[in-house]
Amino acid sequence: MSELFRRYGTGMTLTMLAGVAVWVLAMVVLPYFVMVEYSFHPNLTVVEMGGPKDHYTLENYAALFRGVDLLHWDFPDDFRVFLRTMWGASLVTFICLLVCYPVAFYLAKVATPERTAFLLLILVIPFWINEILRTFSWYILLAYSGPLNIVLKALGIIDAPVRWLSGSAGVLIGMTYAFLLFMMFPLYNALETLDRNQIEAARDLGAPTWRIHWRVVIPHAKPGIAVGCIMVFVLAASSYVVPALLGSPGTRWFTETIYSWFFEAQNWPLGSAYAFILLGLCVAFILLMMRLFRVGLTDIAK
Amino acid sequence: MQASRASDRLLQIYLGVFLVYLFLPLVIMAAATFNTSRFPTVTPWLGTTTRWFEALYNDAGMWVALENSFIIGFFVILVSVPLGVAAAVVLNGVHARARSLLYAVMVSPLLTPGVIIGISTLVFWDRLGVKGGLHLAVIGQSSFITAYVMLMVLARLQRFDTSLEEAALDLGASHGQVFRRILAPHLKPAILSGAVLAFFQSFENYNTTLFTRGTDTTLTIYIASKVRTGLTPAVNALGLILILVTVVGAVAYEVMRRRESARERAALRNAERADMEALQIA
Repeated sequence: MSELFRRYGTGMTLTMLAGVAVWVLAMVVLPYFVMVEYSFHPNLTVVEMGGPKDHYTLENYAALFRGVDLLHWDFPDDFRVFLRTMWGASLVTFICLLVCYPVAFYLAKVATPERTAFLLLILVIPFWINEILRTFSWYILLAYSGPLNIVLKALGIIDAPVRWLSGSAGVLIGMTYAFLLFMMFPLYNALETLDRNQIEAARDLGAPTWRIHWRVVIPHAKPGIAVGCIMVFVLAASSYVVPALLGSPGTRWFTETIYSWFFEAQNWPLGSAYAFILLGLCVAFILLMMRLFRVGLTDIAK
Repeated sequence: MQASRASDRLLQIYLGVFLVYLFLPLVIMAAATFNTSRFPTVTPWLGTTTRWFEALYNDAGMWVALENSFIIGFFVILVSVPLGVAAAVVLNGVHARARSLLYAVMVSPLLTPGVIIGISTLVFWDRLGVKGGLHLAVIGQSSFITAYVMLMVLARLQRFDTSLEEAALDLGASHGQVFRRILAPHLKPAILSGAVLAFFQSFENYNTTLFTRGTDTTLTIYIASKVRTGLTPAVNALGLILILVTVVGAVAYEVMRRRESARERAALRNAERADMEALQIA
């Protein structure tokens, strides 16, 4: 710190410190704290705030779990949406990993450097295109009388058009497409550092292809897998636009529930509690991945 | 070797399918712009038209949304670039232990879901009596976009030779001069690309904006609401235009970055050569 003052003088250093304080405190830390604090209050009118009814309560958190009946496997609506979000995001993460792994491996270890450079440039393009547009493109593709149904029918794979957009399929397909590249680049970065000789050595020693991947390539890709999974899971669990565009009332996502508590039911404390629960889910997943794959925070921020 | 070649072949086929999967939806979306059908599709093709561009042009709501997106983007640059630079410089100048904690706090918005950043911003400012609107969208977006700028500037700072600042101070330069004449020029490329990235991130943001916007509409909000109510191929026309602008912008950005790093390498080579020559003379 004294180093800063010596270099840039008192005035400028204090200005910079003030700027950092504004960002870190007023824009990052305090809003979290206030949101969390708010979530422990009952939903009151402005007049009632600070009055006798204003006391701390766990009611908003309990609301998610109230009515959960494990015995009869019966869940209330919000909890069902929460489970769907958790399960759906995990599934999307896993599908992305499966789809991306061969491509990342090809780019990093099989293709010539010139070819890889060109392909990376091509792959970056959809990455830059807005998530909403990428989602919207599937809205057209998956429409009842849309191109996908017509092609599948012409190929004889299906007999009657499929209603993609009224089940979970549309949401899962759209999310996989929207977040795929957040898996691709971490995977590629990790695989790129793998020495080709290790693969050759394993092959020379007679290891079959699947074993080379299982014992050599995948262990090396661990940090990339962890980072990619974290990215995709967090994006999928907190996505609003994909379920809103490609889903139906029967495939509500937890973000949609939060939104309606805020702006339709006007119950902000409950919405805040649900938001904190969603954040907790993401943090739990991040910690799980960091533990499972032994990576640190600095690896992720890259 | 035989097995390996067969699997390489398979990988290549897979890559081809993957690329089709990646681009075909976007191509179909773009193509649907030119179909006369009122619902955007390519099946059936009812006739070719450019009237959806006209419809888009005549949509006053779109222009308002576009203007709002530009306003927000402009102010996000204004907020996040100075804060990001200050954060990077401060982070670079504090002790190692404080640094890792501060770093964790600073990058945390990048791992936080956008909806939650939006909600916490909304609740925090509401308690201070500030309602949602463009200003709140700027604050909400800046809270995580600043982190992007900070990371870019930090990466550049790590290749900064601090002895240059020492030398300037020893030679009697003022603190202001050290900052303006030595640090700022070194950071300039990172600041420029940070500003471009900040605008882009702001322009395409949806999740944070959704909660902080109040009753204002940005372009992303406009597109999403059009898809659900009142969808015509005019939305595709907008999508097509945005994609073209994005692709041109992305390619220009990549080229700029590559040219910059090439120039840097050249400068480094020249410096090395000068060093060698100096040694030889000595």
